[in-house]
Amino acid sequence: MLCDRCKENDATVHLTQVVNGVVEKLHLCESCAAEAGFDLQGPVSITDILLGMGAKQDEAAEHIAEKICPDCHMTMSDFKKCGRLGCARCYEIYRDELGLLLKAVHRSEQHTGKIPARDRERVHHSQEAAALQKELADAVAREDYEEAARLRDRLRMLADHETR
Amino acid sequence: MKRLRGCATASGCLLIMKLDKFLKNQGAWMGGGGDSDIVISSRVRLARNLRDETFPGRASDEQRLKIWGRLKPVLASLAAMDPSVSLYMGDLSDLDRMILFERHLISRELTVPRAGQGVVIRQDERAAIMVNEEDHLRLQALRPGLMLQNAWECVDEMDSRIEEMVPYAFSEKLGYLTSCPTNVGTGMRASVMLHLPGLVFMEEVGPVIKGLNKIGLTVRGLWGEGTEAVGNMFQVSNQITLGDCEKEIVSHLQTIVEEVVEHEQNARLRLMESREHVVLDYVGRALGILSNAHILASKEALGLLSGLRLGIEMGILKDFNRQTVDDLLVSAQPAHLQVIEKAELAPEERDRARAELIRKRLARRRNRKRSKNE
Repeated sequence: MLCDRCKENDATVHLTQVVNGVVEKLHLCESCAAEAGFDLQGPVSITDILLGMGAKQDEAAEHIAEKICPDCHMTMSDFKKCGRLGCARCYEIYRDELGLLLKAVHRSEQHTGKIPARDRERVHHSQEAAALQKELADAVAREDYEEAARLRDRLRMLADHETR
Repeated sequence: MKRLRGCATASGCLLIMKLDKFLKNQGAWMGGGGDSDIVISSRVRLARNLRDETFPGRASDEQRLKIWGRLKPVLASLAAMDPSVSLYMGDLSDLDRMILFERHLISRELTVPRAGQGVVIRQDERAAIMVNEEDHLRLQALRPGLMLQNAWECVDEMDSRIEEMVPYAFSEKLGYLTSCPTNVGTGMRASVMLHLPGLVFMEEVGPVIKGLNKIGLTVRGLWGEGTEAVGNMFQVSNQITLGDCEKEIVSHLQTIVEEVVEHEQNARLRLMESREHVVLDYVGRALGILSNAHILASKEALGLLSGLRLGIEMGILKDFNRQTVDDLLVSAQPAHLQVIEKAELAPEERDRARAELIRKRLARRRNRKRSKNE
């Protein structure tokens, strides 16, 4: 019996699947079964294997749970294929996934270079607020409430300035 | 062989009218500079994207066309680009685009253009800005010799003027957001083109490359990513773009390149002390073949021109100067050859034309030098 997929080699892997009460049979050669990422332990869709879709079980699993960027509709599978992101929003959507990559490629996860003039004030305020938050936490930890109050007031002033 | 008769096509016209200016130039990466015997050129490029716009790779043709329409006047208005020429890739012929690629003014990606891709080039070729390549904007400054700081100042200035007119995709944490996460942060790639025949000869270039890789620098061939080092030319650039600021990237690369230059100088001295006859033979053979060959493939020519350059720089060849070699490095490339010959040439015809061009130029140079001496 020839392989249902390549129609060249002898089929040595035989599958039977029941979908909505209909019995489907699939006969594959070893290499097509391996290429299709066929796993005897897991569920498998004959249609997917024949169409070469979701060829690898792990990719198929990812596909089901995959996030999609609401702005450019890029998925992580798309990114894995081309290595390029679709828009700025992708960096937020795939923050966790990209975190590992960024760590592996770059020295750190924090930009320290040039800031566009129109973003400079906002970024400086935000950096100042982050530093004050840290000082405040330290002051509370060492029970220096006078200093903590002073820092809290400065943070409030900064927030007021931001909202204005 | 098909003759290119002036304005054979609409794009041919463009070639004659617009690119002719470039062909008369030397190319931004030629013509001296600090250590230009070993550091051929310096380049700094910045990757930028517009806020709230899909990156070019994911954008539709319509979106990319809109970006080109929006950015073209902005870029042409930059004082740092004046005088400039704006070229829409779709308006150019394959040959025009190859000319730009061979002059390092566009990337290989733009030689097979998609809708909305274009470039604005400063006429002296020291600056070029690609639109809708991998990112909306790719700003580059190209300088001869080791002039990284100067190149950085040029792109920094252009970048600051552009951001006054269009908002960039920027994150406080990740910096400038780029299509490829390997560019995120500064979006900056600083690189130098090094000619290292001494280290290659002494079989020391391998350890040098390994050392450079260990300290976060990437080594590539003449045409960047995915290319091999022909003609003993190596492109060294920063790999890390997130975490280091631009000035740190530039000064780190500068320091390391100065060290590599010292290694190369040292290798050349040791080479002359220990294997002088081998160097003389290598240079002599390079000159012999270049002066007499009738068929020269591109790669072979690059290797031999490297030998000629070494001979000139080590004072072995007195009749030629570095400029002769640098001119040939540009002119002997496939697209340039076809424009010089005013004909579309098949690869084997190019090999013959290349050999003839080199033979003639070297003979002319030698005769000029000799008649001066008499």
